[in-house]
Amino acid sequence: MKSILWIARREMGSFFYSPIFYVVTALFLFINSFMFVPALMFFSAQSLKATQFQQMGISLNPNEMVIEPSLANMGVILLFIIPILTMRSFAEERKNKTFSLLLSSPVHLRDIVAGKFLACLGVVAFMILLSSYTVLFVLALGQPEIGPILSGYLGVLLMMGCFIALGVFASSLTDNQIIAAAISFSLSLFMWIIGWAAESADSGVGIILNYFSLVSHLEPFTKGIIDTSDVAYYLSFIVFVLFFTYRVLDSRRWR
Amino acid sequence: MIEVEHLTKNYGPRSAVKDLSFQINQGEVVGFLGPNGAGKSTTMNILTCILPATEGKARVCGFDTFEQSMEIRKVIGYLPETPPLYQDMVVDKFLAFSAGLRHVPRKKISAAVDRVLQQCGLGDVRHRIIGRLSKGYQQRVGLAQAMIHDPKILILDEPTIGLDPIQIIEIRKLIQELGKAHTILLSSHILPEVTQICQRVIIINEGEIVAMDTLDGLNASMRHSRRLELKVRQPADGIQAKLEGLGRVISVQMRGQNLFVIESEPDAHLQDEVARMALDQQWGIEELKPMDMTLEDIFLKLTTEEKEVREVQA
Repeated sequence: MKSILWIARREMGSFFYSPIFYVVTALFLFINSFMFVPALMFFSAQSLKATQFQQMGISLNPNEMVIEPSLANMGVILLFIIPILTMRSFAEERKNKTFSLLLSSPVHLRDIVAGKFLACLGVVAFMILLSSYTVLFVLALGQPEIGPILSGYLGVLLMMGCFIALGVFASSLTDNQIIAAAISFSLSLFMWIIGWAAESADSGVGIILNYFSLVSHLEPFTKGIIDTSDVAYYLSFIVFVLFFTYRVLDSRRWR
Repeated sequence: MIEVEHLTKNYGPRSAVKDLSFQINQGEVVGFLGPNGAGKSTTMNILTCILPATEGKARVCGFDTFEQSMEIRKVIGYLPETPPLYQDMVVDKFLAFSAGLRHVPRKKISAAVDRVLQQCGLGDVRHRIIGRLSKGYQQRVGLAQAMIHDPKILILDEPTIGLDPIQIIEIRKLIQELGKAHTILLSSHILPEVTQICQRVIIINEGEIVAMDTLDGLNASMRHSRRLELKVRQPADGIQAKLEGLGRVISVQMRGQNLFVIESEPDAHLQDEVARMALDQQWGIEELKPMDMTLEDIFLKLTTEEKEVREVQA
């Protein structure tokens, strides 16, 4: 455990030294805000109308109208951005021949994988934290429920954990960072859209496909429901993919 | 300290190391010598538990590289061919990170960093970014990284490669210094380096050991003749013939106008006779010296002899 944190700490440090992190974070915050503003404007316009027709009993929910869509949007933006953050994890070590430092140290390979994963997760969590200023606007303008906001953020973080795991896995496959990013993006996108196929498939297959889709497990979180089955899905997804990463790295030593 | 038995490593159909067996005792400084691609790095990677062997066993401090690799990693310091340095890190932060990786207790890390900075002469650059350092300093950081946990065994893969002559001398001195307290296995394809630093040499070619001995032993076993070099001021006809006329001379080669190489039987000492003859004939002695077989000669002889034998067999 100590080694995991030690590796994660260095790894996060190297993110903060690299320009990639700052460029990516700036772009992320810009696009995220750009998508948040229209949602907020729409909500305030609708609220104005609602006050005019108060007698009709329309009540608008800021959670549903602003927070939920902006969390979903954030997921989409991060889908594009995470491969750029994760692509270096193993590919760069191999390319710069620094991996032998970790491999010749008394640290288990699975701890190295876990350390790399945690570092990326920490960085993404930090980015999400930076972007969460948007919630303050909603708090200022309306009375959203705090519970669903927190659970929504938890859900997004868990889903990002899955993307990161896929990215770290992709990075273990190749020495080339661009290829790693491409594989990581394709895998993440595939796990995202698998739910779309569910809609057109037979009911039986559809349920299964829907269960595998990363997005379908996010919805309950944004509505304020923390279902253990969703948490278990995300966690087991992460562990499974990281285990695969470990196996890939281990088997590459034999070739 | 290090025991290797019948070690074989295949990369697909190609075998990098074939049936290698050797031993290194505590406190020895051993040179691992071979041309590029001879299997030096592969062997070192197996000893440091980075690669598993295809066949055979390797033990370090009594621990098996395959079964007890964590124990070995604690007692070994490794400098790979390309020093494993995170280019974007500051020197002392990087060393502190390597210390933590090697389980140096938190409280002792800064002392360990100070120690290796001092040992490797890195004090002046401790706050600089590794990527901006010269190759020589980077190599030293690599060496510092390998020594940070004060390992019993140091494995250094071509530690002086890519350095300028002054840096090479400094690194060699440092290794000699370290050899007093550590067991060192050092690879190189630069022969004089090994003659200077090591007590014992393992020569490897195409994945197989071709010789393993002390330097004197190698010299003695390889020497089938003794050679003298004579340089004269007054080139005259017939010098070669007259030298050949001396007793126990096998052959005399003329190299250029006034340089002669006299090959004699191994136990003959011809300096006096050659000198007397040169004085009598007034050739004017410029230089008269014994030619020792350099490691280069030994190396070439061993690796080419090996080939000839194989070609004959084929």
